[in-house]
Amino acid sequence: MVTRRQAVGAHYGLKDWLVQRVTAVVMALYTLLVLAILLVHGGLDHGTWLSLFANSAFRLATFVFMVALLYHAWIGVRDIYMDYIKPVGVRLALQAATVLLLVAYLGWTIQILWGFRA
Amino acid sequence: MSALDRPVVKPRPVYLDLVRIRLPLPGIVSILHRISGAVLFLFGIPLLLCALAASLGSAASFAELKSAWSHPLAKLVLLGFAWAYLHHFCAGIRYLLLDLHQGIDLPAARRSSVIVLVVSLALTLLVGVRLW
Repeated sequence: MVTRRQAVGAHYGLKDWLVQRVTAVVMALYTLLVLAILLVHGGLDHGTWLSLFANSAFRLATFVFMVALLYHAWIGVRDIYMDYIKPVGVRLALQAATVLLLVAYLGWTIQILWGFRA
Repeated sequence: MSALDRPVVKPRPVYLDLVRIRLPLPGIVSILHRISGAVLFLFGIPLLLCALAASLGSAASFAELKSAWSHPLAKLVLLGFAWAYLHHFCAGIRYLLLDLHQGIDLPAARRSSVIVLVVSLALTLLVGVRLW
């Protein structure tokens, strides 16, 4: 029988809650920026697209968006695991796989953004 | 045994039967937020990176990407992702406003749920018109 409550926990909840919102705002702003660019240009050909990404400010903005997206995805997916996956071993394996996948996506992002020939 | 030692038991109805559960509107927006988020994580991110890689590759891969998503079935899939992104976006803005204590009473929360559902569907329709 539980007679006393103890205040325990790693206290990462508040930080993650805040990160989830900050990354959301970053992604929303980037989405509006890309939408504005698409509206200004109309249909994009390959040349215009390349010159857009040749701009290092836009490339960096895209990189920041991707970092925000991957971090946001981690918190969201981890929350889903915590809600539905009860066996600790399975949850841990899924979380580890997710982290590795997201880190791989980040590497792929860098490869794409700084690897293409303008 | 004093009253403080007794565990608190509140008699509440529990309907975990998925067929019997009737979600209120904010609940529908909430579960769709979760489902759209999961879809975007599972398929959206890898597809986005594939498309970005192809679009920034050679002129040939750019043209290939363009012809690939002009296929009607691909357009339908794209429309699905557009809805997932837009719903997640609109519902997310609603949550940010709720965090700022905007529209937290029940009628306002219900109204904003309807707005999220309608606006995200309307914007998806707009994307569909642009695609076809």
